[in-house]
Amino acid sequence: MQVSSPEGSLTILENVTFVVSEGEIVALVGPSGAGKTTLLALLAGLDRPSTGDVELCGHSLAGLTEDGRAILRGQHVGFVFQSFHLVSSLTALENVMLPLELTDTPDARANATEALVSVGLGSRTGHYPKQLSGGEKQRVAIARAFVTSPKVLFADEPTGNLDAASGDKVIDLLFEMNRKSGTTLVLVTHDKELAARCDRVLTMDAGRLVS
Amino acid sequence: MPAGWFRENFTVKSLQFAWRSLRRDFRAGELSVLLAAIVLAVASMTAVGFFTDRVGRAVRAQAAESLAADMVVRSTAEISAGYLGEAERLGLEAVSQFGFPSVAQSDSGSTLALVSAVSPGYPLRGDLRITDKLFGESRVASGIPGRGEAWAEPSLVARMGIAVGDSIQIGSSQLRVTQVLEYRPDQEMGFLSMAPAVLVNLEDVPAMNVVQAGSRVTYSQLYAGDDDELMQLRQFLNNAKTEQEQVRGAEDASEQVTQAIDRAQRFLTLASLVTVILAAIATAMAARRYSLRHLDTVALLKIMGATQSFIQNTLLLQLLLITLMTAVLGTLLGYGAQYVLAWILSELMSFDLPPANLLSGVLGLSTAATVAVGFALPHLLPLKTTPPMRVLRQDLPPPALSAGLVYLIALAALTAMIYSIVRDLKLLMYIVGGLMAMSVLSYAAGSALVRSLTRFRGGVGVAWRYGLANIARRGRESVVQVVAFGLGLMVLLLLGVVRNDLLEAWQQNLPADAPNYFMVNVQPEDWPGIASLLDAGLGEVPEFLPLIRGRVSSIKGVPVDEYTISSPEARRFVRRESNITWTPALPESNEIRAGKWWGESYSGDPQLSMEAGMAAMLGLTIGDPVGINIGGEEFVAKLTSTRFVEWDSLQPNFYLILSPGEVRELPQTYLTSYYVAPEQRETMRLLLQEYPNVTLIDLEAVLQQLRGVIDKASLAVQAVFVFTILAGVLVLLAAVQVTRDERRFESAILHTLGARRKVILQGIIAEFVALGALAGLLGAMGASGIGYLLAENLFDLEYHFDPLLWLFGLTAGAIIVGVTGTLATRKAVNEPPVKVLRNA
Repeated sequence: MQVSSPEGSLTILENVTFVVSEGEIVALVGPSGAGKTTLLALLAGLDRPSTGDVELCGHSLAGLTEDGRAILRGQHVGFVFQSFHLVSSLTALENVMLPLELTDTPDARANATEALVSVGLGSRTGHYPKQLSGGEKQRVAIARAFVTSPKVLFADEPTGNLDAASGDKVIDLLFEMNRKSGTTLVLVTHDKELAARCDRVLTMDAGRLVS
Repeated sequence: MPAGWFRENFTVKSLQFAWRSLRRDFRAGELSVLLAAIVLAVASMTAVGFFTDRVGRAVRAQAAESLAADMVVRSTAEISAGYLGEAERLGLEAVSQFGFPSVAQSDSGSTLALVSAVSPGYPLRGDLRITDKLFGESRVASGIPGRGEAWAEPSLVARMGIAVGDSIQIGSSQLRVTQVLEYRPDQEMGFLSMAPAVLVNLEDVPAMNVVQAGSRVTYSQLYAGDDDELMQLRQFLNNAKTEQEQVRGAEDASEQVTQAIDRAQRFLTLASLVTVILAAIATAMAARRYSLRHLDTVALLKIMGATQSFIQNTLLLQLLLITLMTAVLGTLLGYGAQYVLAWILSELMSFDLPPANLLSGVLGLSTAATVAVGFALPHLLPLKTTPPMRVLRQDLPPPALSAGLVYLIALAALTAMIYSIVRDLKLLMYIVGGLMAMSVLSYAAGSALVRSLTRFRGGVGVAWRYGLANIARRGRESVVQVVAFGLGLMVLLLLGVVRNDLLEAWQQNLPADAPNYFMVNVQPEDWPGIASLLDAGLGEVPEFLPLIRGRVSSIKGVPVDEYTISSPEARRFVRRESNITWTPALPESNEIRAGKWWGESYSGDPQLSMEAGMAAMLGLTIGDPVGINIGGEEFVAKLTSTRFVEWDSLQPNFYLILSPGEVRELPQTYLTSYYVAPEQRETMRLLLQEYPNVTLIDLEAVLQQLRGVIDKASLAVQAVFVFTILAGVLVLLAAVQVTRDERRFESAILHTLGARRKVILQGIIAEFVALGALAGLLGAMGASGIGYLLAENLFDLEYHFDPLLWLFGLTAGAIIVGVTGTLATRKAVNEPPVKVLRNA
């Protein structure tokens, strides 16, 4: 796959072909600049490749507009980021309610509260992100990602900003959620231990899938 | 979830989502400055809108009352009774009135009185107020004087030294004064008709035997009723009326005042426009900041499935909600503020204001919409194109925003708004051009001031150096703040200080012996006596000018009714009677512009000299014949000169001056003006005692009154500009908000490097005090400049630069900006550095 950039056409990914099955946990590993994040963005439909295609939950992304891809994400995809991306002006509960409100799901508050309880933050619902620790923030993000029961969850370095103990807790939580709801997990990580716990590891280097 | 749910639930969902996020943003304080700015713009516009609407309606109602009817026909000859029949047929109320000057006599003296004889039903609009004794408590009269009765005005009762119950003689009739007439709606204003009035019953007139051929009499018929019928009657009268008959409606009576009100309204609205512009700048700054702070949130929403159109609609709905909320809130605030304006001006208005018309609230909505759409939307809308990739790549640039397009939209919104106020393309172009020139000029001046600060950086302490460096570093923002504040201060200084300076300069400019008394209504036979009395008391006899009441009846042989006059001022001039004089010598304060003065010994065919401006408006050139009607007598004079008239010379001045000749024989009185030293005032008392019929006007008292009026009016305008200062505060707050994160980070770093909190805070204080001082300097510069231009070009005065202006500008700017800026920034500086750096 090629991606065009403002500096001209740059070959960032090339000859990357793979299939992730439903319920599978896949780790994307490789050195910095290998193209992991770019690949993740393509898989989630955040960006478009110049050639080639991604099929997400039975839909070809190449045939969809930006809005079409957004709708597909809203229906089937959850995200967890390295830098959490919580909205600072919203409480933990409101952050988790956000995707439910977007899809106008009834009982958003009850569902979101339940999700926060399930990540062990039932007592912190009214707290703002700045009042939470890094690990807690990431758990809120996980609750937010799972509250819509997505089919696929993409996680970009979910433990990258956390200390080892909090990181382990977050990973345990992700795996547990995957077991409970059968969500497919695609993780980008530098953490070899974490990668080892996944069903499959895809290693990237210089824009190519090497194993 | 069904496919297509997004579109299906779109509207309700967008609205709910928009409302929810708006509430949350508001709670987080993200919207405070934006909302406050729009509310302020709306409040400033609606306060003026509500107030001028109230005054306008009061004045129009007053105008109808001043006719004592909805429509009046007046003539110097008897009016056909057929008109009354027609009015009755149309279902209108109608009464007759007959007025003439006559000498009223009693045992204790006599005086000239204006007799007004009316038929039952008078007045049709407004009320008569009467009282049982002089200065007694007045009440509304339930009818008109009965047969043989007279209701006399207080001045007549006082002048004649009579009491209620005494008799007076008018012509051959004896009438008993049964009431003191405190007020009648159509009483004449203006000092030339100050002969006191007597109201009598119309049926008593024939027995008086006073009306003979050539008497100066006025016949009137008054009508009142519904608009449609009045319109029909007007059409009937236009066809039927004779040359002498004039029809006047309330709208004619109010035309001049309405124009003045319209002008005042435009002026005040444009004044509040300055506030709107500053508030709009604050809005744009706040919207830009909002937009930058919400890039990540929007990217996140897109990750969660929000489409571009969903984001766009959410933003539009939010802006709509903001517009509605700010319009309501601002209008309420404006409604309250207009009471303050009404209170300031209450002493100047002799009438009660009607309640405010809520329709003026529409202005609030349009103001809010203009500011929101023109200044906030262009910064918010690009948010929708935020790439969702931003959640993975923070370094992605924010969506590009064409600066040119943003300014264009803002300018278009502003232009549309100004047009809706002035509704005049030419004026619109002047105002927009003027605003743009002012912006460029003040921006240039502001930049120069900000740049000049760098010079001081070497010679000051660390705190000041840090503060001044901050101003220089945020150059553009600093200039915007200096200009925003400077403009508000400039107007306040202009009205508060420069206005007084100009008035004082004008008074100093008058010669010490400038006339301070006007004497009018001098009867020809009294003139020699008065002249010798003045000679004895003042040591000189001032020049007496004859005064004739007359009106222009034809121009170049064409009757004025058929002559096309484009200037409203000139139209009004030919429609009413004006003061005319005749004199052999050109009066002192006049200068010939065209043609030739007739010379001191001239007494041939009548010649006319007209004020040059009026002659131009009437399309007259030297040699044109002008018909003049004086007391029913018609004669034609040739225009032989036009004059420049120095109206503010405090000398009697005239639009029309006739050459000596036949005019000597016409009915006339004399007037004069002269200077009375304080120790000579006794002479004035003696004069009034001996000649009670003359009217003396103390110019100093009039000037004092005028000054009072100007003071009140400027106070009201200043009140409007308080909003401008508040808008300046908002611009400052918006600017501080934009830099808050940066400031937090900076002071955390400085803390970490060992700077004490006190030093950092001193730096901040220094920064805002310096900014405020610059704004004050700019304001003082602008106010002095405008004051100078006004003095030199408009008032022809020598302008002295007032040091007080600079002192006041600097201090006010430094204090207001210093305090607000420091308070707004303090919190950012006081945060513990560890917390700031960890979250960065």
